[in-house]
Amino acid sequence: MTRISLTVDGQQVTDDVEPRTLLVQYLREQLGKTGTVIGCDTSNCGACTVHLDGTSVKSCNVLAVQADGSEVTTVEGLAGEDGTLHPVQEAFRECHGLQCGFCTPGMIMQTVDLLAENPDPSEEAIRLGLEGNLCRCTGYHNIVRAVQHAAGAGSDTERSGQDTGVTA
Amino acid sequence: MIPASFEYVAPTSVADALAALAEHGDDAKILAGGQSLLPVLRMRLNAPEWVIDLGRIDGLRGIRDAGDHLAIGAMTTHHDVGRDPLVHEHALLISKAITHLADAQVRHRGTFGGALAHADPAGDLGAPACALQASFVLQGPGGTRTVPAAEFFVDLFETAISDDEILTEIQVPKHDGWGASYEKFVRVAHQWPIVAVAATVRMEGDTIAEARVGLTNMGSTPVRAEEAEEALAGCPATEEGVAEAAALAAEGTDPPSDLNGDADYRRHLAGVLTRRAVLAAAGRNGTTAPV
Ligand SMILES: Cc1cc2nc3c(=O)[nH]c(=O)nc-3n(C[C@H](O)[C@H](O)[C@H](O)COP(=O)(O)OP(=O)(O)OC[C@H]3O[C@@H](n4cnc5c(N)ncnc54)[C@H](O)[C@@H]3O)c2cc1C
Ligand code: FES
Ligand code: FES
Repeated sequence: MTRISLTVDGQQVTDDVEPRTLLVQYLREQLGKTGTVIGCDTSNCGACTVHLDGTSVKSCNVLAVQADGSEVTTVEGLAGEDGTLHPVQEAFRECHGLQCGFCTPGMIMQTVDLLAENPDPSEEAIRLGLEGNLCRCTGYHNIVRAVQHAAGAGSDTERSGQDTGVTA
Repeated sequence: MIPASFEYVAPTSVADALAALAEHGDDAKILAGGQSLLPVLRMRLNAPEWVIDLGRIDGLRGIRDAGDHLAIGAMTTHHDVGRDPLVHEHALLISKAITHLADAQVRHRGTFGGALAHADPAGDLGAPACALQASFVLQGPGGTRTVPAAEFFVDLFETAISDDEILTEIQVPKHDGWGASYEKFVRVAHQWPIVAVAATVRMEGDTIAEARVGLTNMGSTPVRAEEAEEALAGCPATEEGVAEAAALAAEGTDPPSDLNGDADYRRHLAGVLTRRAVLAAAGRNGTTAPV
C-alpha cells in the first residue's frame, strides 16, 4: 500500500492504495465518483477523461499513485456549488449532444480542455480535438454542434484546476 | 483490466532511479508517461515486480537550445514538444509528426523519450528522429554514452538501452529553414500508421539542395530512405522530378505483411507518401513550407 494525497473536485483526500490501482478505479471505487466511466480496455474510448493538474488525461491509463500531490477534476466537479451547470454541460444539453450518454462525461471533459486551448475552434479542430473520444451511438454531429455552441457562448470555459507548471 | 501487483518507487533524481534499477534489475520496469506501458501491464503482457516512475524527476523535462542542437528531456510530454517554439524553429519535422500522434489526452501524458524507448515500428517519432539524425543520451552505472539514431533502434520494440540504463535526453541537430512534412496513412481516424513518411528538405531557390526521409512501419525499426535522399539532392522541386526520386523510397526495406496490407502494398505506399511529403516539405502543396 502507498499513501497518496490529492485534491479531487476541490476536496483534499488522503488514502492508502495499491500501486497497481488505476486512477479511474480509485475515483469510482474508493471515492464513489461514478460519474467518470470506463468504456474500453484499450485506452481508446476516452469515456474516462478527467483533468489532472489542469489538462485532460485518460484516467484508465494513469496510476492513482502518479496523481499523488495533484489536482484532479472529474465531470462531477464542473457544475457550480448551487448546481448551475458548466457552460459546456449546458451546451450538450441544449444541442442534444448525447444519445445514451455513456461517452458524455469524457466528451464534456475533453471539450473543456479543447476550448481552454483553443476558444474558437473550427469544425475540423473540434473533430481532431475529440479524436480520442469515441461515441458508440455515433452522435458526432450534435456533439460537434454542442462544442460550437459552448464556444459561441463565449462563456467561461477556463481550464479546471490549477496549472502547477508540471507539464507547462 | 488491472495490472498484476507490483512495488512502486518514484525517485526524484536520475542517480536514485539508476540505483533502483541496479537493485531490482530484471524485475523492474521504467514508467514514463505510461501510455504504452500501462496498457501492456493491464493486458498482463508483462508483470514486473517493480515499477520505477521517472515522473518525479524534474531534470528530465524541458527543451534546451544547446548551440548546434536542441536537447529534449526524455520526460517532456508530446504536448509540450509539439507546441514548443524552439522545436518549431529548429526541428519542424518533429512538430509536424506530433500533430499526427495519438490524441490530446495521450499527448498530455506520453513522453518523447518514452515513445522512442518503446520503439514500436509503427510509432510516429522514430522516423523523424532518424531523418533528423538525432542522438540518444543514455545514463547508466558506468556513466553516460551517446548513441546515434541509426544504432539506437535495434529491432521490434528493442533499442540500444541496456537493462541498467535510462534514456535521459534526445539531441536533435538544428535544421533551421528546412521545410518539413509528415504523411501518415491510416484507414480510420486514430490509428497507427500502415506506413508513414517523415520528410525534411533544404531548398535553394526551386531546387531541393538536401533531403532527409524517414520511414515508419517499413520494417522492424524506423529507417531512412537513403537512395531516395540521394536522388532528391539537386532535384528540381517539381511533381515529375520528385516522383522519380520518391519511387526509390522502399529500396532496401523489408516491410511487414499484416491485416492492413502486404509488403508490396507498403512499398507502393512508401513511394506515394514520400512524393507527397517531399513536395509538401518543399512548399509545393501550400501549407507546410517554413515561413
Ligand atoms: C490510445 C493511444 C493511441 C496512441 N497512438 C499513437 C500514435 O498514433 N502514434 C504513436 O507514435 N504513439 C501512439 N501511442 C503511444 C504513445 O506515443 C506513448 O506515449 C508512447 O509510445 C510511450 O511513451 P510513454 O512516455 O507513455 O512511455 P511508457 O508507456 O511509460 O513507457 C514505454 C516503454 O519505454 C520504456 N521507457 C520509457 N521511458 C524510458 C526512459 N527514459 N529510459 C528507458 N526506458 C524508458 C518503458 O520501460 C516502457 O517499456 C498511443 C497510445 C495510446 C494509449
Ligand atoms: S476507459 Fe479509458 S479510454 Fe476507454
Ligand atoms: S451517446 Fe451513447 S456512446 Fe455517445
